[in-house]
Amino acid sequence: MLEVALHHGFTGFDLDLAFDAGAGITALFGRSGAGKTTVIDAVAGLLRPEAGRVVLDGRVLFDSANGIWVPPHRRRLGYVFQDARLFPHLTVEQNLMFGARFAPRRSSGAGFDDVVALLGLDGLLNRAPATLSGGEKQRVALGRALLSHPRMLLMDEPLASLDGPRKQEILPYLERLRDGDLCLPILYVSHAVDEVARLADRLVLLQDGRLRAQGALFDVMADPAAVPLLGVREAGAVLEADVIAHADDGLSTLAISAGQLELPGVQAPVGARVRLRVLAQDVILSRDRPEGLSSVNILPVRVEAVHPGDGPGAAIALTAGSDRLLARVTARAVLDLGLRPGMDCHAILKATTVAPGSIGR
Amino acid sequence: MALDAAAWDALLLSLRVASVAMLLSLPLALWVAWILARKEFRGKGLLSALVHLPLVLPPVVTGYLLLLAFGRNAPLGRLLESFGIGLAFHWTGAVLAAIIMGFPLMVRAMRLAIEAVDPRIEAAAATLGAPQVSVFARVTLPLIMPGILAGAVMGFAKAMGEFGATITFVANIPGQTQTLPSAIWTALQVPGGENRALVMAALAGVVALVAVLVSEALARRVAKRISGAR
Repeated sequence: MLEVALHHGFTGFDLDLAFDAGAGITALFGRSGAGKTTVIDAVAGLLRPEAGRVVLDGRVLFDSANGIWVPPHRRRLGYVFQDARLFPHLTVEQNLMFGARFAPRRSSGAGFDDVVALLGLDGLLNRAPATLSGGEKQRVALGRALLSHPRMLLMDEPLASLDGPRKQEILPYLERLRDGDLCLPILYVSHAVDEVARLADRLVLLQDGRLRAQGALFDVMADPAAVPLLGVREAGAVLEADVIAHADDGLSTLAISAGQLELPGVQAPVGARVRLRVLAQDVILSRDRPEGLSSVNILPVRVEAVHPGDGPGAAIALTAGSDRLLARVTARAVLDLGLRPGMDCHAILKATTVAPGSIGR
Repeated sequence: MALDAAAWDALLLSLRVASVAMLLSLPLALWVAWILARKEFRGKGLLSALVHLPLVLPPVVTGYLLLLAFGRNAPLGRLLESFGIGLAFHWTGAVLAAIIMGFPLMVRAMRLAIEAVDPRIEAAAATLGAPQVSVFARVTLPLIMPGILAGAVMGFAKAMGEFGATITFVANIPGQTQTLPSAIWTALQVPGGENRALVMAALAGVVALVAVLVSEALARRVAKRISGAR
């Protein structure tokens, strides 16, 4: 468990926040300039904040009140930077061994062969960093950090400098790390909602150096108050579904607590549990059960809260069975439909809006 | 045109003085370069100015200052003499003069090399558990090796060519403190000595050329290894 409380002033900007991160992946989300990298650098010890406290599993790494400052090389935090930062004069293998060299002798953690296998580095070991692609560099950087046997992994937008296909190349490795038996907690900085929705267990939202929300991913993503922080186009609930069947026409049947959904392009095998991201702007609400629609994904839902936004829109929190959904409708529609908490209605999910690429696990 | 014994002596003495001066000042120059490149502290500007002073001071003045500090009757000189280290009018004094005169050039080359190393790479090494000494030895040092080589050659070449401070501090005693430049200067003072001077000048040119060629070749090899080209 990582506990962080920080205060640090810059010219024209100051950071003042507290949050914690437990097991699994905790995503630190915010727009550019929200202070994410400052936070992660302070945790790693690369930046010394004016005041605050950083505690990892009961060990105090920084405490301004008591003058405690553990230097970065003694914190045992694996840091994967956005720009990989491999050692240019060493081969891939030597870069990996650099991580292993300074791991405490009796520490437990991933072995060299395990890491090479996990990250698919076999064919790269004798290469020089200058000859690697961006995705390969990130995999080596990740392996190097793992081999230092860290107690926690810090990742600063590891996918931000990669293009779409390269991102897809790395994401499965990150999921393997999350779901595998390393059990390594990860603090993951990102400004991409799709990455966060796919990877994170816990979400910490930053804005202008302040904490705006923190909690389990499913809770924060379904919170109408988080819509302006995530962006109205990106906001939307994340829910878990079981793959029931794949039909010949390319649609797959997935079960959620409130019923079944028919979705295209689901790669996971039958029986797998996947994450669905349902964008708020792609949920349509209807008072009566609609008939004769081209969409087959209609769920009975109950309105939990109506959250008016700054503009003409409103965010509606919904429950569907034991799952939560988020819908974004116009303020006029709220009046016309008479939407209010406790009201039962129907949510229509356009099949195409549940992006298969961002379905994880 | 064969070399006479005195010219040989001068060449060998210059090579010895330059090699010893270069080797002795390397670690200190590297340390000062690293401090100037990476650390912020009070008096950094003063340290930088002191290091660079011999570059702008007339060499005669530097030599005179050395004489004032390390001469036989100067306190520092007497102190060293009591340890059996005589500097004034001794070849070791020529080494000291060469060190002082070559130091700014060495520091400059190394400092530029250190400043070119991305500190974020060093930070990455620290997060992997490497203490500062290891970061320097395993990351910074290999990356600045071309700069160190360049600095070493600069220091060596400067020491080979140093004249003003040396002749002021340790005079021009054949076989003891007469370096190649001093010998050339002496030859030019003697009627009919132009031929000897010319031979020795050619010799100095050859040594300088070889030094530069060797350092270029080494730097190329190191740079190739660092950039990761196959």
